[in-house]
Amino acid sequence: MVEPPDERRTRTSLLPTDPTVMKHLGFIGIVLALLCSTFAWSAGWLSPHRLTQTSMLDALRAVDGLHPGFRRNHAKGMCVTGWFESNGNAADLSTASVFRPGRVPVVGRFALAGGMPFQADAPAKVRSMALRLMPPDGQEWRMGINNIPVFVARTPQEFHDLLLATRPNPVTGKPDPARVQPFMAAHPDVARAIGLVGKRPLTSGFADDTYLSLDTFRFVNTNGTSIPVRWAMVPVTPPSAPSPGNGPNYLFENLITALHQAPLQWHLIITKGEATDPTADPTLNWPADRPQVDAGTLTLTSAESEDNGACTGITYDPMVLPTGITASDDPILPARSAAYMSSFVRRSGETKPPSAISPATASPNGGPS
Amino acid sequence: MSAIVRFSVFARMLHWLMAAMILTMLFIGVFMAATEGTAYNTLLAFHRPTGLIILALAIIRLGNRFFVPPPPLPASLPRIQRMAALGSHILLYGLMIAMPLVGWGMLSAGAYPIVFWGSIHLPPILPHNPALFALLRHAHTWFGLTFFAVIVIHLGAALLHALILRDGVFPAMASWRTGQRDED
Repeated sequence: MVEPPDERRTRTSLLPTDPTVMKHLGFIGIVLALLCSTFAWSAGWLSPHRLTQTSMLDALRAVDGLHPGFRRNHAKGMCVTGWFESNGNAADLSTASVFRPGRVPVVGRFALAGGMPFQADAPAKVRSMALRLMPPDGQEWRMGINNIPVFVARTPQEFHDLLLATRPNPVTGKPDPARVQPFMAAHPDVARAIGLVGKRPLTSGFADDTYLSLDTFRFVNTNGTSIPVRWAMVPVTPPSAPSPGNGPNYLFENLITALHQAPLQWHLIITKGEATDPTADPTLNWPADRPQVDAGTLTLTSAESEDNGACTGITYDPMVLPTGITASDDPILPARSAAYMSSFVRRSGETKPPSAISPATASPNGGPS
Repeated sequence: MSAIVRFSVFARMLHWLMAAMILTMLFIGVFMAATEGTAYNTLLAFHRPTGLIILALAIIRLGNRFFVPPPPLPASLPRIQRMAALGSHILLYGLMIAMPLVGWGMLSAGAYPIVFWGSIHLPPILPHNPALFALLRHAHTWFGLTFFAVIVIHLGAALLHALILRDGVFPAMASWRTGQRDED
């Protein structure tokens, strides 16, 4: 059958004089406008109050200011290298290749929480350990773990709102009680979690501290059995009480000195959760009697400044997981993954000033910078 | 009065399949690039393999177009509109191929594992270089927005041909008929 072009219309002028043409043009306009507005909605352009990666980074900036070239959170840090040696004990729980007996190289980073790259070290500031475990088959495992017992917010929105509520008043330089108190009253879970963080036992430094995953993940074994897990890096060095520090970088300098004297080690302790344990709420602890597995030993042997170290050009995205480890339903995990990528894009496109911990400080014969 | 010459059935199938895939990818892309929500990693796990499938289909489609040339535009079409059609088609093919490559390259430069699906990883296509990662990440956004804009223009022009010009351009692509050419 023939589909002849409509003879009468083939020469129709585009000038909208004919009512049929006008109707058709209107229809085309509506179709295109609908498509464009759905696209704009998807991008969040029509919802200025939707929580986005930009609004999360803006909230961090509201607290700590803008520091081009540095990570938007955990900005003050230094690189470390070493290896993880699996003892095979976790191989029954997860098919991840890092759990087969043997060593995999590690590039890590120690840091202080917060977006200020030149803040002075102090005992109560939150310390973090970030690790990139690199087995030869490419099944990488990245993590960012902290020396606090619980995370301080249940959802990304709550964390964002907490940042804004506790941002410093420009005049006093301190959080404004008139903003903090109503927020805490409205968010008892946050208030309780911050209370637990404030009551945690402090150790002398990075080397004798314990770092926790906080978020829940899932281990999947060869039978396909999936269990919720949390984990911790527990130091071999016996913890000692904090002592007064010397200078603004003493925590990092002590770590560098310790690494130059001897390797530092941690045990990777996996906690197996029960089906009833909270997986979607990182402000809640699991019962203390949950079974634990010592999966192997992390050994760190050298320190490097971020200015020339291997930890600077990557992001410690906690969703970079090997086959055999998956995320739980914890909403903080995808938010971290997304915000870390945004932070990585921004800082990688900026010129980074020298870090607080310089290459000279990190070198074997270095001193205070 | 000449009969309508359509695109080959294979070309039409590729066009509509890829139209659906690319639009889905652009909507997911702009959403994903902004969101702090729980869908982020799920969408990302869909976005990566779909982008690579689009790259493969785009190469097949370009090859098919070379061997089975598309039907000519009607003689009634003014020169300026022919130029616009040619330019927008070059841009569409260029972006179909560039978008997945920029995505793959950006993950390579950022030292992310390039997960195709499950435990299947792809090799990096660029060296690890954070500044290049940032550049490509921005390029991925701007190419995506340009892609969407060209698709809107393409759709507007298609509807103009279908509803107002009625010159056979629209049924050449939007037809269920099997043949490439109508018998007179």
